[in-house]
Amino acid sequence: MKPASFEYVRPETLNDAVRALDHDDAKIIAGGQSLVPMMNFRLVQPERLVDINRIEALTPIVQTDSGVRVGALTRHVEAECHPLLKEHFPIISEAMACVAHVAIRNRGTIAGSLCHADPSAEWPLLLIVLNGEIEILGGAGSRMVTPNEFFLAPLMTEIAETELVTGVHFPLPPFSCGMAFEEVSWRAGDFAVVAAAALVSIKRDRFAEVRLALGGVFDTPVRATALEEGLVGQSANLDEIEAVVSLAAKDLEPNDDPHASAGYRLSLVPVLARRVLARALERAAS
Amino acid sequence: MNGMTHVTVTINNERHDVKVEPRMLAADFLRDELGLTGTHVGCEHGVCGACTILLNGASVRSCLLLAIQLDGAEIQTVEGLGGVREMHRIQAAFREHHALQCGFCTPGFLMTVHDILGRLPLRSDEEIRDALSGNICRCTGYDHIVKAVRSLVTERDKVTNQ
Ligand SMILES: Cc1cc2nc3c(=O)[nH]c(=O)nc-3n(C[C@H](O)[C@H](O)[C@H](O)COP(=O)(O)OP(=O)(O)OC[C@H]3O[C@@H](n4cnc5c(N)ncnc54)[C@H](O)[C@@H]3O)c2cc1C
Ligand code: FES
Ligand code: FES
Repeated sequence: MKPASFEYVRPETLNDAVRALDHDDAKIIAGGQSLVPMMNFRLVQPERLVDINRIEALTPIVQTDSGVRVGALTRHVEAECHPLLKEHFPIISEAMACVAHVAIRNRGTIAGSLCHADPSAEWPLLLIVLNGEIEILGGAGSRMVTPNEFFLAPLMTEIAETELVTGVHFPLPPFSCGMAFEEVSWRAGDFAVVAAAALVSIKRDRFAEVRLALGGVFDTPVRATALEEGLVGQSANLDEIEAVVSLAAKDLEPNDDPHASAGYRLSLVPVLARRVLARALERAAS
Repeated sequence: MNGMTHVTVTINNERHDVKVEPRMLAADFLRDELGLTGTHVGCEHGVCGACTILLNGASVRSCLLLAIQLDGAEIQTVEGLGGVREMHRIQAAFREHHALQCGFCTPGFLMTVHDILGRLPLRSDEEIRDALSGNICRCTGYDHIVKAVRSLVTERDKVTNQ
């Protein structure tokens, strides 16, 4: 239960980080809260560990013309408490409270969680429901990637080994909008069995925009597009939510695993969908 | 940096200049190199909380941290809280409320409580249990630990409300 030997480098600038990654079998360490367990088990044995914790360019959370840019090294606890994020995206704080435990939230980072790409993790779900985009830097320069492009399979993303995530952009949400997050997990801090995140906006008493994202039910977090389409344009009330809620599980084929059966996961989907949509609606209306 | 690398770290207010191998975990460094065996190691993958220490004031898992990452940091371990003669009030509350039996989990709980007491409201027992959810105890059934923390919260809020 100890990591195998590796070479350790600690760049202080983005340029140095990109240079350090241009090496066979180099791996980034951010919070280390997913990587170090895997290194302790020797499931991962990088030749070179690139510690990005001293790169100041990766830390700020700033308002931009179109939304908020969150630096890659933002710790879960910082995201949970940050005034700018609380103001525009209160769902982030709501979801962060469910990520692991205090000591892990003190270290774990947004980019680490996105790159780890656990299908039950909260950050990938938030990225999808908030229409966020990932900023990636490599030798060839910087590029922006949508979550659909980024998440490929459990623990697999589109980022190359020679690249790093530098930040995440969250566009401002629509007007008159409400958001809500909820998950079912066996114990506080465990990974979710199923997690759901909703964002709704209302215009003239009708649903103008509806986003429902689900985690733990597929290889990657997914949007419940059938339900979303069924709700847009309808009167903004609980009856309309009830009428479409069974669509949330349409086309989903979750897997059985030691944590929960596929059937149990599927049965949680409408329950959580109903709850988060109702709460998001209530918040949009108030 | 493959071989031994120089690290300067302050642990319980004492400065250490040492050389470590990059792959050495902070938990092993504290225990095996410095003899600070109060920090316990249970699972080595972040689940049990026995190895919790304070890194620049915030609770972290020392089994998920490399010793080399401690460079420039201020660390506090259970040894820095207090000893048998002069107990920290968190330790005293644990003793008073019988919040330990075998004691294996206790150092991790004490460091976690140090962190959460400083920044969470902890208004209800449910909030206390939630904040302690990252620490596993096989003996006490948690009830007495919650009682100890409740007493510390009451004491804290009395002082700040005055
Ligand atoms: C007991 C326990 C319970 C947990 N429970 C939950 C939970 O309920 N929900 C949840 O979401 N997570 C949970 N986690 C995981 C935690 O949230 C991690 O913090 C997170 O998954 C990874 O973030 P990190 O910064 O620690 O990344 P690291 O562990 O440092 O890295 C993870 C991966 O991402 C890569 N990486 C990191 N940063 C970058 C970057 N900037 N660019 C490119 N690649 C990068 C690394 O190379 C590595 O492959 C739990 C962890 C533990 C130990
Ligand atoms: S030994 Fe570190 S959390 Fe269990
Ligand atoms: S007192 Fe024995 S494990 Fe907690």
